[in-house]
Amino acid sequence: MRISGKSWTLIVLVICIALAPLVFPSSFYYRVGALIFVNGLAVTGLVILFGYAGQISLGHAGFAGIGAYSAALIPVHFGVHPIFGLLVGAVLSGGVAFLIGRPILRLKGYYLAVATLGFGILVYIVLNNEVELTGGPDGMAVQDLGLRGVSNALGLGLTTSQVWYWFLGLVMVLGAFLALNLQASPTGRALRSLHDSEVAAGTLGVNVARYKLTAFVISAVYASLAGSLQALMNRFVTPDVAGFLHSIEWLTMTVLGGAGTVLGAIFGAVLLTALPQALTVFQEYEHMVLGLIMMLVMIFLPSGLFPSLARQFRRRALA
Amino acid sequence: MSDFLQFVFSGTTVGAIYALVALGFTLIYNASSVVNFAQGEFVMIGGMVTAFLFAAGLPLWLAAMLAVMAAAVIGILLNKLAIERARGASVVSLIIITIGASIFLSGLAQIVFDKQIHHFPAFTGDDPIAVLGATILPQSLWVLVGGAAIFGALYLFLTRSILGKAVLATANNRLAAQLVGINIRSAMTVSFGLSAAIGALAGVMATPITLTSYDIGVGLALKGFAAAMLGGMGSPAGAIVGGLLLGLIEQLTAGYISSEYKDAAAFIVILVVLFAMPSGLLGPRVVERV
Repeated sequence: MRISGKSWTLIVLVICIALAPLVFPSSFYYRVGALIFVNGLAVTGLVILFGYAGQISLGHAGFAGIGAYSAALIPVHFGVHPIFGLLVGAVLSGGVAFLIGRPILRLKGYYLAVATLGFGILVYIVLNNEVELTGGPDGMAVQDLGLRGVSNALGLGLTTSQVWYWFLGLVMVLGAFLALNLQASPTGRALRSLHDSEVAAGTLGVNVARYKLTAFVISAVYASLAGSLQALMNRFVTPDVAGFLHSIEWLTMTVLGGAGTVLGAIFGAVLLTALPQALTVFQEYEHMVLGLIMMLVMIFLPSGLFPSLARQFRRRALA
Repeated sequence: MSDFLQFVFSGTTVGAIYALVALGFTLIYNASSVVNFAQGEFVMIGGMVTAFLFAAGLPLWLAAMLAVMAAAVIGILLNKLAIERARGASVVSLIIITIGASIFLSGLAQIVFDKQIHHFPAFTGDDPIAVLGATILPQSLWVLVGGAAIFGALYLFLTRSILGKAVLATANNRLAAQLVGINIRSAMTVSFGLSAAIGALAGVMATPITLTSYDIGVGLALKGFAAAMLGGMGSPAGAIVGGLLLGLIEQLTAGYISSEYKDAAAFIVILVVLFAMPSGLLGPRVVERV
């Protein structure tokens, strides 16, 4: 039986997620794993926008901010379960992306970069300044999603961080599955044609503006879900979730691993999420090392770590 | 009226700083099509190095001169070690490289210096000068006059000197410049050194008013980038117009509407301008035929 690349990606992901806990030295690593999955979900969305359709965004954390604060605020103000906060946040982010996407996506290169940057910063500023609603820079508490309760009712007996690890792992695999399906679909082909040449795609009858917008809206929903889930897991949220550095972090993960593929981007998420945890030992040097890694990888492995490593691997296998 | 004048004074002072950062962006962009997000770090280096050397007992002018030279050297190293090696990389790779450089430099400053806020005295005292019911700090005048002088000197350099003309030619058309024997690499080195020096000078002039610390670079880079895009990337006049406009919008919003939302106003204006004029106010009018 031949196994397609899509299935391979999913098999690798599932195996890694399932086997990783075997080598966890302490339960703290379940939390790191869960954080990796949140970031993995967001960068999967960015693969659709940047890897498939070739559009830059320096402001996707803005959507994460909308998602996170929807999950935090909607249960408080409307007395509903936090899951509705997450869903409303996703719809809201998709809606906002739809509205601003059309004018923003007409811009190219650096102009697109500054416009998306502006959007992200606007969200950040609002979250910081509406102190009465959001608690401002101090952040606000988030209600419990109730995963632990579900796990106990099922008799699984998992700790809170274990529950989140498995739940977010599942969500990320689901997100990857949808993204891979999209890539193989006619829409995915249209998106990838934009990446190579918008003019050529247009000549072949691809509705350039509509497909760019589709990719933008989908990636916004991914980012929003990631923001909501992170807030729900941490039970706390601050405006930094929408900050410029958060957008950059995601973009770097996407590109560092290899932006063309879901697996590469998730690999980037693993590296850049785990690395700061390892670097806390050298707290003083954390930023320096991070900046240095960003530069070195992009200079010496411009197609990203994952494709470069895979190429090495294949060469070794052939030799 | 005096209120309005006051806001205009503070707006043009802040705007002049943004304009200088934007000018640095423009210089590098023209020579290499790279948007250097580490531009704000040069402003930080200018202010921090001056503050530390001054505290160590050096006269202010000497401290400032050494700071500007240090920034220029770092700018040239950035070009030699990172940008030159990444030739032909995509826009996103370059954005990540220069943002990486920015994070690296502020991380380095955090170790070499410290995490405190620093300043040094204004060049010619702190007594505000009364103008038509409003007041202006002598240091603000230094910023404005200094900014204008830098712009003028840059204009003369680019249009009158052989080296400057080479930079300008490289900006216009790399291949053609190469064909007439211009050394593109040295033109790029000059651009990075100059743009770092301009950033550091802005830092030296602004620090007595705005104070400085290791982490001011990112914010300034974003504002400078926004100003450069507002004016139209690649146009030096656009950088000045964009910077001053951004500063004025910010301060007028802070004065009349809400100081919390001054940054928001600036970015809203940028979005609106880009929607209406996708290449900025004074950017090249590229008509794309599809």
